[in-house]
Amino acid sequence: MRNRTFTALVFVSAFALIGATLLVKNEFYFQAAYTVLQFVVLATAWNILGGYTGYVNFGTAAFFAIGAYSTVVLYNAFKAPLPLSILAGTIVAGLAGLGVGYLTLRLRGVFFAIATLALSVVLYTFVVNWDYVGGARGAYVLAPREVPFGFSRYTHLLYAAMVLMAATALAVARAVETSKLGRGLAAIRDDELAAEASGVPTLRLKLVSTTLSGALMGMAGTTFPCYLSFVEPSSAFSLNYAVNSIAMPLIGGMMSWLGPLIGALLLGIVQQVVQVSVRSEWNLLIVGALLVVFVTLAPNGIMGWVSAWRRKRI
Amino acid sequence: MSALLEVRSLGKRFGGFTALEGIELKVAPGERVGLIGPNGSGKSTLVNCICGALRNESGAVVFAGEDVTRLAAHQRTRRGMARSFQVPRPFASMSVLENLLVPIEYASKGGDEEAMAILKDIGLAAKAGLPSGGLTQVEMRKLELARAMAAKPKLLISDEAMAGLAPAEVDEVLPILFRLNEAGITIIMIEHIMHAVMRFSQRVVCLDAGRIICEGTPGEVVKNADVQRAYLGA
Amino acid sequence: MEAASIELFVNAIVAGLLLGGFYAAVSVGISISFGMLDVVNIAHPAFIILGSYIAYTVNARFGFDPILTSVVLSPLFFALGLLLYRIYYLCFEKRGQESLRGLAFFFGVLFITEVTLVLIFGVDYVQARTAYTDATERIAGIDFPLRLVVPFFVSLAMVIGLQFFLTRTFFGRAVLAVAQDQLALRLMGVDPVRVKGLAFALSIATAGVAGALLIVILPVQPSIGREYIGLVFAVCVLGGMGSIWGTLVGALVLGTAESFTATFFGPSWAPAVSFGLLLATLAFRPAGLFGR
Repeated sequence: MRNRTFTALVFVSAFALIGATLLVKNEFYFQAAYTVLQFVVLATAWNILGGYTGYVNFGTAAFFAIGAYSTVVLYNAFKAPLPLSILAGTIVAGLAGLGVGYLTLRLRGVFFAIATLALSVVLYTFVVNWDYVGGARGAYVLAPREVPFGFSRYTHLLYAAMVLMAATALAVARAVETSKLGRGLAAIRDDELAAEASGVPTLRLKLVSTTLSGALMGMAGTTFPCYLSFVEPSSAFSLNYAVNSIAMPLIGGMMSWLGPLIGALLLGIVQQVVQVSVRSEWNLLIVGALLVVFVTLAPNGIMGWVSAWRRKRI
Repeated sequence: MSALLEVRSLGKRFGGFTALEGIELKVAPGERVGLIGPNGSGKSTLVNCICGALRNESGAVVFAGEDVTRLAAHQRTRRGMARSFQVPRPFASMSVLENLLVPIEYASKGGDEEAMAILKDIGLAAKAGLPSGGLTQVEMRKLELARAMAAKPKLLISDEAMAGLAPAEVDEVLPILFRLNEAGITIIMIEHIMHAVMRFSQRVVCLDAGRIICEGTPGEVVKNADVQRAYLGA
Repeated sequence: MEAASIELFVNAIVAGLLLGGFYAAVSVGISISFGMLDVVNIAHPAFIILGSYIAYTVNARFGFDPILTSVVLSPLFFALGLLLYRIYYLCFEKRGQESLRGLAFFFGVLFITEVTLVLIFGVDYVQARTAYTDATERIAGIDFPLRLVVPFFVSLAMVIGLQFFLTRTFFGRAVLAVAQDQLALRLMGVDPVRVKGLAFALSIATAGVAGALLIVILPVQPSIGREYIGLVFAVCVLGGMGSIWGTLVGALVLGTAESFTATFFGPSWAPAVSFGLLLATLAFRPAGLFGR
């Protein structure tokens, strides 16, 4: 299937999902869907650098929070409209990805991973000490009086934004995966030395990968303050984002755009169910346990099982 | 005729250990050069420095008249320098065909049909769609060479492509190198299999403990006392 | 400078050095597992916190000294380390998957440990009470809080003991050898996998003891383990990866830097120091202070 066809299909489905705002009466659907779709974006974004390129990023929260706090800054500055916030947050997060990559990608992948964790903590400390965005106390981002774009409720607008973001992330991931860039990234993942010897500009491609990945993660974070009307550092920088964005592609399968989607839907829905029935820590324990179980026993995830099963049938 | 590859006073150290010192080498276009030396003499280090996988501290690498010492490995590959690895390094998640698409897309900027052509030429066409991780030893060596060929190089450095192969298998790989040379590709062959090196090379260079100890025709080098001492001990 | 500032300055240095000694105990395990064995065990801080909680529980229930408890219980941590390495080796190292999946594995272990501790103990801070928790010696106008001094000496003993073990005993030298040349070790009839397993177990055992030291010094809560990730890797990288003495020096440097930051800029900036130092080291001098 050509990328253009795929992108069209994805966005048609997105608009169909947005149409649900007119039909579904249960508000809980929109909240749950927002959260699950947010994971789709984060998992897909993580996988561009993780599954496609082979570099582990522990700092999902850092990029997510960059998106969130750009929204806060723009809101405090001049009550920026949502589309502008989304664009700005995406760009800033992308630049952060570029920066971290440039500083550490010449070293081994291990050091890049640790540096991303370092980024999270350093940024968290900065935000906690920065009064303009509320510091440790947090900041309020209130919904505008009139809901723009004709939605009946603000949550519907945020839901719609997240649907579009998920569609964008999937379209970008698939475009990367099937392009020359994708093959270069796969070569880097399989054997960086051989890739370099085959003419692949490894540093440049890795930087593209971190920038794209960071940008998409930041994009997911831009609507976070609006969703709760309030944001504070410990929730924006929560380690849960890192664990989930790693577990979901790992469980779904890291080789293609479909894996993170499957993982995010599966794990996201499980967590929604668990969250309403048990303590939230059990929720996290389940995610962590699934991560460990899958990474040890099913390294290629659900998609791996499917292709292995398919191969046996031939 | 000016040299295709010139190595001038090249030196490489790892901490306190001097791996290479004062290496001088000139390779003419179309030549077949053999590089020999006992284990640990620095052959692979020299290859890595020439190709850009390692940075040499002193000296220069000049390729087709251009000083490439500061260039990254992928830039040298794009300028026509290709190498195969001593231990095959296939792109394990890709099929045999896809392995060749990487250098074709990034180095030679060619088309997909060329990949099939190379596979046919080298005898791997039947395995084109199979995962590259499941090949036999000799097939992996051929894939290594195929991948280097796909970059359309002017210079091919074959790093122990035949190490560990049975004599029949060596006879499968050696003609490939001869054919490439006939097509105009300059080849530097690093090998331990003496009869292969001697049959193949027009000129042989011998390395020992990081220095060139002898250079000449295969016949001359084999008779050289220093070379014999390096291999057999004093 | 005024007398008060000099006193503040000197106290900051002393506190920094004492803290640095403790940081050496925290990081020496990573020097072994990451510096020497190349195993990226980012779950190391989780085992430290686990050690803290075990020491705390024994201390709260029976009143035993936490540090002594941890030394007595260190075989438990040793066994845990053996088990963990076995899983890591079979599932990742053998298959060449350490860089991606091995890393994710340890991350999952870190997370599970933290969440389990939250489920059992909750998120409130806990601290051990010992005879010396509140005591402070004052020598020449400088404060020496005993809750920093005792862990400092225990750390020092542990670090020196490890260095002695690695350089003077057969097994210790096998560990140093496995870091350099596994094939040669195999040719000498020693199974490198076994050596690595025992060395890794040793690193986890040090984590257990370090945890007890931690809970003597500071109040502990399950999530603070994450702050130490940057610290232990910063110390390890600064110290030149796998050098015990390097780890000690790196730890002292870091402890002093943090102490200064806390004293003159405020304690809320302290976590950024170790990670910031790590980022800077990785970006500009990845070989560490002593690297070539």
